[in-house]
Amino acid sequence: MLMQVDKKHNTIQPIIEPSKPLLEVNGLKKHFSVRNPLGRLEATVKAVNNVSFQLHEGQTYGLVGESGCGKSTTGRTLLRLIEPTEGEAIFQGRDIFKLRKDEFQKIRQDMQMVFQDPYSSLNPRKRIGHTLEEPLKIHGIGKKSERVDLVMDILEKVGLRMEHFYRYPHEFSGGQRQRIGLARALIVNPKLVICDEPVSALDVSIQSQIINLLRRLQEELKLTYLFIAHDISVVRHISDRIGVMYLGQMVEDAPTDSLISNPLHPYTQALLSAVPIAKPNFQRERIILKGEIPSPMNPPSGCIFHTRCPKAMKICKTDFPIIKEVAPDHFVGCHLY
Amino acid sequence: MEALEKREELIVIKSNLKKQQRQLFIRRFFANKLAVVGLAIIIFLILLSILGPLVISHDPYGMKVDDRLGAPSSIHLLGTDEFGRDLLSRIIYGAQVSMGVGFAVAAIASIVGMAVGLYASYYRVLDNVLMRICDGIMAFPAILLAIALMAALGASTNNVILSLSIVYIPYIARVVRSAALVVREETYIEAMKAQGASSWRIIWLHIAPNTLSPLIVQATFIFANAIIVEAALSFLGAGVPAPDPSWGNILYDGKKVIFTAWWMVVYPGICIVLSVLGFNLFGDGLRDLLDPHTNQAKK
Repeated sequence: MLMQVDKKHNTIQPIIEPSKPLLEVNGLKKHFSVRNPLGRLEATVKAVNNVSFQLHEGQTYGLVGESGCGKSTTGRTLLRLIEPTEGEAIFQGRDIFKLRKDEFQKIRQDMQMVFQDPYSSLNPRKRIGHTLEEPLKIHGIGKKSERVDLVMDILEKVGLRMEHFYRYPHEFSGGQRQRIGLARALIVNPKLVICDEPVSALDVSIQSQIINLLRRLQEELKLTYLFIAHDISVVRHISDRIGVMYLGQMVEDAPTDSLISNPLHPYTQALLSAVPIAKPNFQRERIILKGEIPSPMNPPSGCIFHTRCPKAMKICKTDFPIIKEVAPDHFVGCHLY
Repeated sequence: MEALEKREELIVIKSNLKKQQRQLFIRRFFANKLAVVGLAIIIFLILLSILGPLVISHDPYGMKVDDRLGAPSSIHLLGTDEFGRDLLSRIIYGAQVSMGVGFAVAAIASIVGMAVGLYASYYRVLDNVLMRICDGIMAFPAILLAIALMAALGASTNNVILSLSIVYIPYIARVVRSAALVVREETYIEAMKAQGASSWRIIWLHIAPNTLSPLIVQATFIFANAIIVEAALSFLGAGVPAPDPSWGNILYDGKKVIFTAWWMVVYPGICIVLSVLGFNLFGDGLRDLLDPHTNQAKK
């Protein structure tokens, strides 16, 4: 049944978007086994369950959802920091999940990651220059002096100065550290950068600086981003397309404009209604979700969102909603449509 | 062309920074009075053990039966032992043995223990095997195990070092492992994995340097303990074999005559206390100095 959805994805996508996707994720699943102390299987956590999306060259795909919905796990499986349970990810015509470790090593250079916490993402005992040089060493790029040149270039690109080369991470602020984290990802000249909540640990004013930097670098270096965040108001500023995840599943997937102006899934509507608007007298109807996010160990039957959905119907409790293209290029998995 | 200029500028920045940091390092080390005292004691003891034998006039092995248990005097500055041997000479020769054993044991146990701890923390299966072996070693009292090993290996100074190293490896391994388990979860390790770094690189270039602080503290403790346990071994006849002097066997020889010849226990005792104190103070200072975070706080 779900394969059908993917097929639909594939057949409809090329008509609207003629360019071939850089990364195509189909039916990605990551299930964690929970074992009791005796090693018996107690439950399976479906952290990521059947997620499919496409990344197009030079564009940004935003992945939003609340904590624990599996968006970070999705990002990590793509770099095989976590091995996926099922599914495929076609990068440049090859399924990266099927590659051997040494084959995947070459692809790692093209797929880099920026991490959430700028405080723990840099080794406190290494000077910045050495931290930035390390990816070059690992991928065997350049001689010593060439590597130093590359490090200096990238420092400049992310808005840092040469004299920062010999500093330690603790001498920098959070925003500067995130710039260093970004520099580490970009120094090997990647095609795809997975940004795992790159701004959520930063002040709002610094957030916009980093977002602007990300956009500028995207234009300069022709980068493709997978931008993971829980804050839809941040994601909409940078993304060309947004995917909304809930409890390990993709519930809505649409171009940013279409998703913001016309959110179809009740969960997306609730997320958007929580974004503050800078108009003091503007009264908006807030959709407050009742209850807590269910345990992914024991997800609800039928539509996973029906326990909290304000528009839940009878069918939602029993039948799993198939993802449909409701508006042009706007996909949603909900029985309302 | 531009790149070359930049590189030259960077070299200037580097040399300036290195100079600054060296000055800062020295200034901060000397600001820590206790560490300076520790270093002074260590230097004094090392000089004593190296230069002492050239200066002293008495043979540490020369017995004089009519001069047994002589009180400190102008001829024998620290008195004589129960065979009439000059105590000062024996303490100076003993310094070489005791400090040598302490230092060698601390060094061997640190290096091997670090490797064991790091690999145990990184590989789950290895963790169970290595840590159970460590538990086994730690289940024996240190002295008992050392005696057993000495009995098996035969009495010699090298075997004292070997057996004490085996005894203390688990103590280092445990400390390093627990520190490494914390470091392993840091994002910068994940970032290295995302780059596809080899496990050798991750373990030795990223995890290992971040476990140094607790390791140094533990190593100074082991240095001190090794001197004391060597003394206990000597007492039981399983340590540095007689007639070679070590602070430990002088002390234990003195125990038998503690009421008639106090100098036989007081002077080697002072030496043991001094060396242990010196290394502990220096170790603490070194730990603070090597931690980049405390650098920041004290600037």
